Amino acid sequence: MINLEAPKKFQPLIGQAHQVAMNMLRPVSRKYDEAEHEYPKELDMLAAMIDGLSDSGQSQGAGASGVGTASQAKADDGSTRNGTNLASVLSIMEMCWGDVGLLLSMPRQGLGNSAISSVANDEQLERFEGVWAGMAITEPEVGSDSARIRTTARQDGDEYVINGEKIYVTSGDRADHIVVWATLDKEQGRAAIKSFVVPKGTPGMVVERLEHKLGIRASDTAAITFTDCRVPAENLLGSPDIDTKQGFAGAMATFDNTRPLVAAMAVGCARASLDLTRDLLAEAGVKVDHDAPALTQSAAAARFLQMEADWEGAYLLTLQAAWMADNKEPNSLQASMAKAKAGRVGSDITLGCVELCGSLGYSEHDLLEKWARDSKILDIFEGTQQIQQLIVARRILGLSSAELK
Amino acid sequence: MSLLDAARTQAQQLFSPGGRDGLSSAERRDPMGLLVYGLNRLAQTDLLDRVGLRKQTEDGVFKITSAGFKTIGATSRAFTRTGSSKKQGTRSAATRARGVFDLTPTDDEQMLVDVVTEFAEEVVRPAATGADDACAAPAELLAATLEIGLPILGVPESLGGIAEERTAMAGTLVHEALAHGDMGLAVAALAPGAVATALSLWGTEEQQQTYLPAFTGQSVPAAALALNEPTVLFDPARPATVATRTDDGFVLDGVKSMVPRGPDAELFVVGASLDGVPALFVVESTTPGIVIESEPSMGLRAASLSRLRLDRVEVGEIALLGRVDGSTHAEAVRLSRLAWCALAVGTGQAVLDYVTPYVKEREAFGEPIAHRQSVAFMVANIAIELQAMRLVTYKAAGRVAQGQDAGREIALARQLCATKGMQIGLDGVQLLGGHGFVKEHPVERWYRDLRAIGLTEGGVMV
Repeated sequence: MINLEAPKKFQPLIGQAHQVAMNMLRPVSRKYDEAEHEYPKELDMLAAMIDGLSDSGQSQGAGASGVGTASQAKADDGSTRNGTNLASVLSIMEMCWGDVGLLLSMPRQGLGNSAISSVANDEQLERFEGVWAGMAITEPEVGSDSARIRTTARQDGDEYVINGEKIYVTSGDRADHIVVWATLDKEQGRAAIKSFVVPKGTPGMVVERLEHKLGIRASDTAAITFTDCRVPAENLLGSPDIDTKQGFAGAMATFDNTRPLVAAMAVGCARASLDLTRDLLAEAGVKVDHDAPALTQSAAAARFLQMEADWEGAYLLTLQAAWMADNKEPNSLQASMAKAKAGRVGSDITLGCVELCGSLGYSEHDLLEKWARDSKILDIFEGTQQIQQLIVARRILGLSSAELK
Repeated sequence: MSLLDAARTQAQQLFSPGGRDGLSSAERRDPMGLLVYGLNRLAQTDLLDRVGLRKQTEDGVFKITSAGFKTIGATSRAFTRTGSSKKQGTRSAATRARGVFDLTPTDDEQMLVDVVTEFAEEVVRPAATGADDACAAPAELLAATLEIGLPILGVPESLGGIAEERTAMAGTLVHEALAHGDMGLAVAALAPGAVATALSLWGTEEQQQTYLPAFTGQSVPAAALALNEPTVLFDPARPATVATRTDDGFVLDGVKSMVPRGPDAELFVVGASLDGVPALFVVESTTPGIVIESEPSMGLRAASLSRLRLDRVEVGEIALLGRVDGSTHAEAVRLSRLAWCALAVGTGQAVLDYVTPYVKEREAFGEPIAHRQSVAFMVANIAIELQAMRLVTYKAAGRVAQGQDAGREIALARQLCATKGMQIGLDGVQLLGGHGFVKEHPVERWYRDLRAIGLTEGGVMV
């Protein structure tokens, strides 16, 4: 039965996440925007609280680490399942309504954790349980074209030796593990790219510097070098075979799970802007009427309606992608659709709200200007707007990456 | 007006032609312009002659207007009054909310969608070009839609319909599937259902027993929900059409626009302001004072869009449908907008399905144009926005089916479908280039049809 309301059983989870966002993240939101690179110590308390909720089974797999693990798939309603992927996007939306940068700094909820839960085998899942993993893909010379990465992993007995330079590693400084993409053989292209879990403190791995950024300043973004950095062979996630038929699929499977999460971040951040702007407009006497035609209302109200409609579309595309993952349906297309739509409307909405609120929106007195800075990265990392469009186009048109470059 | 005044007005219009031919009031004719204008009038005498000839062939019912033709309402069957006006009619129960996020239609919905999809592909699409030219839907096609049960989709089982519970979701899926064939024909086929659904949702026992048997029987009447009006910035909550109370009913005065199937319709549900609050009135087409004017428009031509002129139309107490506090009218407006959203999704999908193979086959600079990002990304964006439109529409429909307030969701669906739907129509033509502009391909028709979304009210309803 078609029903696109957020699942009833996740209402308590959404409520909790909202309270945490409101009472834990918002009060320190501006503080860590200003104090870039300072560790948000409040988050340790929060992490402990979330662990407690997890243990009591109340959090239903909230956060980034829950994705992709619908192994004990049991239907909620005869045929369909609402599982950890939906729970994750819904709670991340609430947390990012609070603060995107702080959500990204949440201990043990890194994108590397999503990578582990997406591609690790059972032994690895057990061994890496409870770690805090950052994700290292981008290199100084390689961004969207991740098949061309230059970081190498050479097998030497029962170890891999990693050499290369990674940038833009979210939580690269604070995380205790880094998931690194490296190639086993540059000649064999994307099929040879594998991900490796590297524990912090492994000799040869050095955090070189932290970036100063436009937004999500509460989140540390690191440049990390690997020089003859040795990890056990069993830290390679998934299969070590170079399967040219399967190609990139293994490593890329991570994205099917993480893209809806980033879409959820944009949706949450944009809703923060909409909620506040709706209030500020109402104070100024502009009430948005859902029954009157937009064009008979003030320009501000009409603009708000358009933003709200775009937001609703992004929100539902995100839920769709997560729901499909919960039900083990291939969702690459829908994940990219969600990321593309949410990424762009995240910027449109947060920037539009600043414009609607004038100097009130632009000033640091309130958070609208911050959200308009935070949102930009969400249309870039985990695949830019253009990469998402490329993926959607290839899938809709049935074209290969050689045909549609 | 004296002869002199009339002459003066005519002279003024000669120099200030604003208000006609799409000219603004700022336009002025200079001597050169007057000369050209006069020559044009002269050139048209040939045409006027032909019109004169045509006039003879039309009996007293029709007369030529600038819009096309004018007629009194279609001759109607006699609707025999029965049932109590005091008793509330039968209502469908809301579907039970299960609280689970799910995009899977029920088995019944899927079966219905499969049938309608096949019909849309095999019957509707091939008939679309001809119906667009003729400004009318083929009778056989409309007859076939009765067999599928389209008009009684929203009518409760106990009243002879097929609704076991509120069928807003099924209706939404059917509108979408039918519009994949053709939006104009979909509107023509679904218009009677809007009236039947309105009677089912808000009718008294008397209204239901008087009017619904015609819809559930063998010979279903054409009917139309008339909410739109021909004014700039029209707000359906403030209709200029007025209902005035009399001793034994109401008198209706006003003009409704974009009324589908106007010439054939035997029954109208008309939005009119009663004591300053909008309400709905059931009006039989034979009631004196009704004039139907054809209103051929940019698109949706197969739906025979018409203006419904109501000049001192007297109706009985039975005419008032639903509540007088504005809530019934407001709900009708919302449910109608939702149906238009579903139509936009169906036509949007038609555009996507059409341009996808086209851009892969069409070659330029030695390779298919689909191999270029500027082309491929347009297709990607059609797919992305279309799916967003679909999901927002489904969410609203789900809320309606479950009896929840859907005011916000319908507004957002309408907003999204109006802007993104039009963009899809625009890109559909653009992707075919010059070929998109000619009638050899259907994209130009979809472009015209999609412009209706967001500006039209009434006509269809789920």
